[in-house]
Amino acid sequence: CALHRGAPSCGSSARLTAPTCVLLLLLFAFVSVASASRDDAPGGNNETGRAPPEDSHHHHQQTNSSTHHKKAFPVLSFNYEHVRQPFEISLWILLALLMKLGFHIIPRVSNVVPESCLLIVVGLLIGGIIKAIGEKAPMLDSKLFFLYLLPPIILDAGYFLPIRPFTENMGTILVFAVVGTLWNTFFVGGMMYAVCQIEGAQLGGVDLLSCLLFGSIISAVDPVAVLAVFEEIHINELLHILVFGESLLNDAVTVVLYHLFEEFSHADTVTVGDALLGVVCFFVVSLGGIMVGAIYGLLGAFTSRFTSHTRVIEPLFVFLYSYMAYLSAEVFHLSGIMSLIACGVMMRPYVEANISHKSYTTVKYFMKMWSSVSETLIFIFLGVSTVAGPHAWNWTFVIFTVILCLVSRVLGVIGLTYVINKFRIVKLTKKDQFIVAYGGLRGAIAFSLGFLLTNSQLKNMFLTAIITVIFFTVFVQGMTIRPLVELLAVKKKKESKRSINEEIHTQFLDHLLTGIEDICGHYGHHHWKDKLNRFNKAYVKRWLIAGERSTEPQLISFYNKMEMKQAMMLVESGSAAKLPAIVSSMQNIQPRGPARPRAIPSISKSREQEIRKILRANLQKTRQRLRSYSRHDLLIDPFEDGLSEVRFRRQRVEMERRMSHYLTVPANRQEIPSVRKVCFEPEHQVYTYDTDGESLRGRRASHSHPSASDAAGLVNESTRRPDQSGAAEPRPKAPDDQEDQDQLTLSRCLSDPGPNKDEEGGGSFLS
Amino acid sequence: MGASQTRTGNEHQHLMDKTGFSSEQIKNLRKRFLQLSGNEETIRNQRGDEAGAFQEIGFEQFLMVMCHFRPPTLKMTAEEKEAMRKEKLRFLFNMHDTDNDGTITLEEYRKVVEELLSKSGAIGQETAEAIADAAMLEVASTNVPHMAPDEFYEGITFQHFEQILKGLEMESRMNIRFLDVDTTTMRCGRSTS
Repeated sequence: CALHRGAPSCGSSARLTAPTCVLLLLLFAFVSVASASRDDAPGGNNETGRAPPEDSHHHHQQTNSSTHHKKAFPVLSFNYEHVRQPFEISLWILLALLMKLGFHIIPRVSNVVPESCLLIVVGLLIGGIIKAIGEKAPMLDSKLFFLYLLPPIILDAGYFLPIRPFTENMGTILVFAVVGTLWNTFFVGGMMYAVCQIEGAQLGGVDLLSCLLFGSIISAVDPVAVLAVFEEIHINELLHILVFGESLLNDAVTVVLYHLFEEFSHADTVTVGDALLGVVCFFVVSLGGIMVGAIYGLLGAFTSRFTSHTRVIEPLFVFLYSYMAYLSAEVFHLSGIMSLIACGVMMRPYVEANISHKSYTTVKYFMKMWSSVSETLIFIFLGVSTVAGPHAWNWTFVIFTVILCLVSRVLGVIGLTYVINKFRIVKLTKKDQFIVAYGGLRGAIAFSLGFLLTNSQLKNMFLTAIITVIFFTVFVQGMTIRPLVELLAVKKKKESKRSINEEIHTQFLDHLLTGIEDICGHYGHHHWKDKLNRFNKAYVKRWLIAGERSTEPQLISFYNKMEMKQAMMLVESGSAAKLPAIVSSMQNIQPRGPARPRAIPSISKSREQEIRKILRANLQKTRQRLRSYSRHDLLIDPFEDGLSEVRFRRQRVEMERRMSHYLTVPANRQEIPSVRKVCFEPEHQVYTYDTDGESLRGRRASHSHPSASDAAGLVNESTRRPDQSGAAEPRPKAPDDQEDQDQLTLSRCLSDPGPNKDEEGGGSFLS
Repeated sequence: MGASQTRTGNEHQHLMDKTGFSSEQIKNLRKRFLQLSGNEETIRNQRGDEAGAFQEIGFEQFLMVMCHFRPPTLKMTAEEKEAMRKEKLRFLFNMHDTDNDGTITLEEYRKVVEELLSKSGAIGQETAEAIADAAMLEVASTNVPHMAPDEFYEGITFQHFEQILKGLEMESRMNIRFLDVDTTTMRCGRSTS
C-alpha cells in the first residue's frame, strides 16, 4: 500500500516515538486491566442505583435531618460501565493503529522486519504486561475472528484481485491449492502419527485421526500472512498471484478436511463410503461457495445499476452484499472465503461501470482501511493470545511439526511443479519454485481453527505447536524472504503505470492470439476467453450496466479514465509549472499533409471529397459523443434530457481540460473558466466555450465552423502552423488576427451561419 | 505420398532446424495446413487485392509465421529470451507497418486502433483517433523527450516500439500452445477474431 510509505524520518521524531510507544503500551495495559477488573464490580456509581437505597433511607430515617436524603445535585459523575464495551473496543483499535503509525516513523526497523512481526511482538508485550499485573488477557475469540476480522481482508483481496494473471494461471493455482494442501495434510498427519509412536515422547494418546486433524489445520497457507509479507517485497505478478491465489483457494480444502476429521474423530469407524462422501463434500463446499458468492455479486451489480439518484449509499451496497455472501456461505458450512472472492470478482466490473467516481474512491479506501485495521488487530491478538493461552509444550511434537511442515511444503512444490510444467506454456523456474515454497506462511486461520477444537487435552498441545509454526513462518520466513528475493534476483513488480500503448497492445494481442489459435485449430485459453467476452458483452452487460456505458469497449474506458486522471493531475499541479514538461504536442506528430514546406498547395479534388465525406459522417455522431461523456458528471442524472445546459457546460469544461493536455503554451491555461475558444489541430473537435447560455447554438455553430471554411481555410491552417510556436489556433482565422483570436473568433463562431451544418459539419478530418 | 517419404523426412529436419518446432508439432501443423488449404500445396489469399499482401503461401511460410508464437523453453538463457522477444516484437511491428517503410506512422496506428474498436460498437471514429493520437504522443514523449515545437515526429521506429512495449514481456505473453499430440478438435473454416 502506498498509503503508508514515505513517512518522514527525522532523528528527533524517532527518538520521541520510542518512549511514546512505551507510554502508550502502559496506558493501554492499564486501561485493559482496569476494565478487566471491573468484571465483578457492581454498577454502583449510577444515579439510578442511588434511588432505592435512598428510598429505604427515607423510610427508615424520615425523622432524621433532611440532609440525609437530600443530596446535592451531582455536577460531575463517573459512569464507566455504561460505555465500557465500546470504549474498550475503540481503545484497542486506536492503540493498535498508533503502534502501526509508530513503526513507520522508525525507518530502519520497518525496512528489515515486516510489519506483521512487529505487531506480534507488540501483542506479546501487551500480553506480558497484562499477565504480569495478574489479570486475564483476552484471547483471540474464534467467533470474533471468523465473523468480524477475517471478512474485510478477504473482501479487499477478492475485490482487487488482478483477474488476468489469476485466470491465466488458474490451473496452476488450483493444483497447488487442492493437491498441495491434501498432500501437506496427509504427509504431516501421517508422519506425526509415526512420530507419536516413538516411545520416549509421551505422545501415546494421540491417535491417527487426531494427527490428521492437526495436519489439516496446520497445512493451509494463510492469506492474511501471505498478504502481509508479500505486500512489502513487491515481487513480480506471477509469483504473487500463485502464492496468494493458492492461499485463497485452499480454504475449501481446509474447511472440508477439518470438518471431516472432526466428525470422524467422534465416530468409531471410518468407511470408504465416508471418504467418498468427503470428496463429494469438497465439490459441494467449493462450488456451492462460489455459486453463493456469484449470486450475491450479480445482485449487487444489478442494484448498482439503479443507484444513480442516491450516490451516497452506493459503497454500502458493495460491502453489504459481500458480507451477506460470506455469512450465507457460512450458514451452510460452505467455504466463506471462496464465496467472498467470487462475489467481489463478479461484482467489480459492473459496479465500477455504474458507480460514480467518488463512490469508487470511497469503496477503495474503506476496503483498504478495514482490511488494514483487521490485519493489525489479528496480529496483535495473536501475540496476546500466545501469552495468555494455556500451553502444553512437548519438545518432540513441536520440533517435528516445524520440520515436517517445511519438508512437506518443499516436496509438494517440487513435485507438483514437475507435473504442472508439462502443461504450462511458460514454465516455472527453480527460482520461482523456491519462492513459492518459501512463501507458504501459516497464520491466524490455523490458530483459530485450532482454538475451535473440542478435545481439551490435546488441544493445548496442538495450539502450542500451531503457534510455534506460525511464529516460525512469520518471523523467520517473513524476515528473510526479502533479502532472499534480492539475493536471487527474482523479478520485481514493475512499478510504472499502464500506458495507453500497453493497453492497446494487450487488447491487440488478445485478438491476435485468438485468431492464431483458431488457425491452429484447437480450443485454447484465448478461445474460451474470447467466447466469454462475447457472452458478457451480448447479454450480461446489458442487464447490469446502466445507460450507454454497457456498450463501451474496454479500451475506451481505459482511455477515458486515463484522460481524466491526467486532467485532474494537471489541474492539481498548477498548470504553468507542469506544462513545459509536456514537450511534444499534438502538432509534433501530425503529418504536415501535402503542404510540408511553406508553399501553398492546392488540395486535390479527391482529397477534398474525402474530407467532406468524413466531416459529414462525423457530424452525425455528435449526439452519441455527447452522451458517452456523461458519466463524468456527478450531479447530472444520465437519464436526464440530453440537452440540458449545465451538462453542456460541464462537458465542455471536461473536454477542455483534456484537450489542454496537448497544448504547450502556458498562457492559454489560465483562462479555464472564462470565455475562450479553443480550437485544435485538425484531428480534434472544435468546441465553443461560452458562459452565457448560448451553449446550444454555440455548439452547433462550432461544428458548422469548418464547413464554412472551405479548402482555402484548410490551406491557411496548414501554412499557419509552421509560424506558430505551438499555440492552439482557431480554425478560420484571418491572417492578421493572431492577437485577438479569442474574442474575435468567438464572435465569428457565433455569427457564422448554420445552414451548412446539415451537409457537412465539424469534427476531425484527416489532413 | 509414398515416394516422397524420405524427402519429407529431410524437409522436416530442415524445417525443424529453421523454426524450432518438434517433429510431431510439424506433422500436426501440416495436417492443419492441408485442412485449411483443401489438400492443396498453398493457401490462397481470399481477401482479394490488398497492397503488399501475398497471394498464396506455402507450408514453409505458414510455419515461419507460426514459429513466432512459440513459447520460450526452460533452457533458454537471458540472451536467447531477449532475442525471442525482439523477434516477436518485430512481428508485431511488421503487422502494424503496412507499407513496410520501417516506421509506423500516425495513419497506420490509427488504422490499428480503429480495427480494434470496430467490432466493439458504435462509439465512432473520433475516439479511435483520439486514442491513437494519445498513444503516438506517448511514444514521442517517451522516446524523444525534447522536441522543439516545429519538429516533426515521423513515426514509430522499431527501437521506439521496443522501448514502449518493454514492460509487457512479450516472450511470456505472445505464445500459444502447439500441441505435440493430435487432437480431434480441428475445425475447418475461416478463422474468426
